[in-house]
Amino acid sequence: MNNRAQIRILPDGRRLHMHDGPIDVIVEAFGAVSEIEVAYRAAAARFVGVLDELCGELAFLRRPARTDGDLPSGAIARRMLAAVRPYASQVFITSMAAVAGAVAEELLEIMTSAAKLSRAYVNDGGDIALHLAPGEKFVVGMVELPDRASLFGTTSITSCDPIRGIATSGWRGRSFSLGIADAVTILADTAAMADAAATVVANAVDLPAHPRVVRVRACDLAPDSDLGERLVTQSVGELTPDEIRDALEAGIRVAESLCGSVLIRAAALNLQGETRIVVPVETGLAPSPSPATRDGSPVHA
Amino acid sequence: MRVADDAIRCDACPVLCYIKPGRAGACDRYANADGQLVRLDPHVVLERAVSRGDTLVPFLEKSREWDGALLSGEETFVTAIGAGTTYPDYKPAPFIISSEVAGVDMVTVVTEGIFSYCGVKLKIDTDRHLGAECSIVRAQGEAVGHVTTNEYGSQMLSLGGVRHLTGGSRHEGTATCDALLNLCNRQAVELKIDDGATVIVQADKAPIVDGVQEERMRVGCGSATIGMFAKQWFGKVDEVVVVDDHITGVLSEHQAGKLLGVPESGIKLKGRRSTPGRYFRVAEPGTSWGGTNIDDPLSILSPFDREVATPGLRLLMVSTTGEHHAYFELDEFLHPVEKDLPAALRESVERIRENCEPALCTVLFMGGAGGSLRAGVTENPVKLTHSVRDALTRVTCGGAPVYVWPGGGITIMADVSRMPENAFGYVPTPALVAPIEFTLKLSDYAKLGGYMDHVRPLSSITSINRDEESRRRLAARPDNPWPLASEKSKK
Repeated sequence: MNNRAQIRILPDGRRLHMHDGPIDVIVEAFGAVSEIEVAYRAAAARFVGVLDELCGELAFLRRPARTDGDLPSGAIARRMLAAVRPYASQVFITSMAAVAGAVAEELLEIMTSAAKLSRAYVNDGGDIALHLAPGEKFVVGMVELPDRASLFGTTSITSCDPIRGIATSGWRGRSFSLGIADAVTILADTAAMADAAATVVANAVDLPAHPRVVRVRACDLAPDSDLGERLVTQSVGELTPDEIRDALEAGIRVAESLCGSVLIRAAALNLQGETRIVVPVETGLAPSPSPATRDGSPVHA
Repeated sequence: MRVADDAIRCDACPVLCYIKPGRAGACDRYANADGQLVRLDPHVVLERAVSRGDTLVPFLEKSREWDGALLSGEETFVTAIGAGTTYPDYKPAPFIISSEVAGVDMVTVVTEGIFSYCGVKLKIDTDRHLGAECSIVRAQGEAVGHVTTNEYGSQMLSLGGVRHLTGGSRHEGTATCDALLNLCNRQAVELKIDDGATVIVQADKAPIVDGVQEERMRVGCGSATIGMFAKQWFGKVDEVVVVDDHITGVLSEHQAGKLLGVPESGIKLKGRRSTPGRYFRVAEPGTSWGGTNIDDPLSILSPFDREVATPGLRLLMVSTTGEHHAYFELDEFLHPVEKDLPAALRESVERIRENCEPALCTVLFMGGAGGSLRAGVTENPVKLTHSVRDALTRVTCGGAPVYVWPGGGITIMADVSRMPENAFGYVPTPALVAPIEFTLKLSDYAKLGGYMDHVRPLSSITSINRDEESRRRLAARPDNPWPLASEKSKK
């Protein structure tokens, strides 16, 4: 038990807010009140150990992931490595690319194994793990820019869909990005998988050596960044429609290949107001225009 | 703990980030401000105190550790800084605080408003020509405002506003938001005026015009300077010209010289004579003598009148701040020849300088709170407007007083220098996030349809957020009226 973590019910009386260091989580569970209480208590009990557990093997988690070799000891760290491993032979990636999703996933699993819930979500700074009992659904809204109220699309996720994880990555977000996407939102089977894939696809939306993209070595901004001397995007000037198309298509190629290998289920790529959706036809997951419909609770990704 | 490159190691959590100056750690909450580890989003509590303390409290300073007991009465005012926002403004403001003041229940509704309609009014104390009226003012190459009127000794600029924030290109909006944010947080901003000067502006600091730091404001216009110092010059010099881009003064022709009986000197000025001894447009506007473009003061003179002038005539030329001055005597051909300034005149030039106030930049935040922000205060927004208009509700920005414009809406102006440091934030919409507090009697709050079930006592603030360090405790500025003071005790 640490004394840093802040855990409280938000003023709306429904959602649980947990904060510790860089981890900021919003949890909401649906079901009988007594079950919700059990779930929240279980989540809180698990949460207080999360940051120390991760920091205990931070040096390992910041190293480039390998397809073979040692496994970390923590449960969350193992989820992180498992989520990034499929990419390790192709691109530079560290387990940190899946940290938020893996934390969300772990907390959700603790809640659902402790209590009977109809629905639940754990939103770890935009990376979301979902629980849906049979017949339930969530309506998910996607925003282009952090803090921006307007949704650029909504989609329904039902218990029949395989999707239980949502993640968003982009250069405007809290983590560094090698690409120029404003936001790449990924729907995948787990939150950690979505988190890793969002990082990879957002990195791929790019215009290499473009003069209006300002890039800085990650270590010059944060000396202990896992990205080391790699150039991370700091600002993106106004791009021409052709440039936006080229950059998005680079990302779409990667997203389509990830769909093909079932590492993701759908992707929405956003760059300077242009949005492209990558979704296999058979899933029928085409986003509908915003705003969110009333027959489910919107979750902001 | 300090490491190489001026980075500091944050030990607020086990991630132990190395944070470079001006950057935040992985959490975006702790940052390196000039080598000090500070929290970025603390909820500022102004503490009424006789002395003004540091406005940024390093969070590790144990001697000032929060004991939770001070949030208990009228000596504490909770500001909106770090309070969070109601955006998009349909739910009650994050904090609705009640505190008892002199037996009357007072309510302060605290929110961070998101202002898409906002800007800053800049007053830059300088005589130097920054640019023609209506010229575009740029930051990062983007149009962020324009040059407006020249006031007595100061150039006014108007920056921001909804047209620059949302009406132009994405980049224009971002550059505008960035400039406004930095100015409001009392940071230095470089502004380039089309066909004019480049000026570095920072609240409460001297402007830097084309690389030269402005020292002082003019003592008056050229004509006024003649009037103020005529007596001190009388008998020590035969003619004085106070060079000013607006109104250049000439002692022998000026009413003040005439009254003293200063004889005609035969001097002839270029430019347009307005009234005796007062000349307009003796040169072009610039950043040199008296806000003109001249480096050689003699360039504003035509040859002396041979019928009147006499060899040996003593002439002082000086600018409206005393920064520029030169002393001449006429030779046998009636040509002015520069000589050392006599000691008796040096004193008068010094006197001009002494009478000039230090040149400063002043930044007033201006924003309209007449929109949906009011919905965070009451279910019936127009009643808040009326309540402010009727002076039942006091508006403050981060505890600082505001000027509420007459007329419709709640359009306010506040001096950012009277607000706590880093009181402003932004959202990438783009728009500025500014603290705003509405203080009124609890009974009046009920009457205007306030969220009575959200009112919480001041003493409960500690339990809203268990992280005590997240609350920044500041001493109130003694020059600000205390936001909770009753009208009677207000000076």
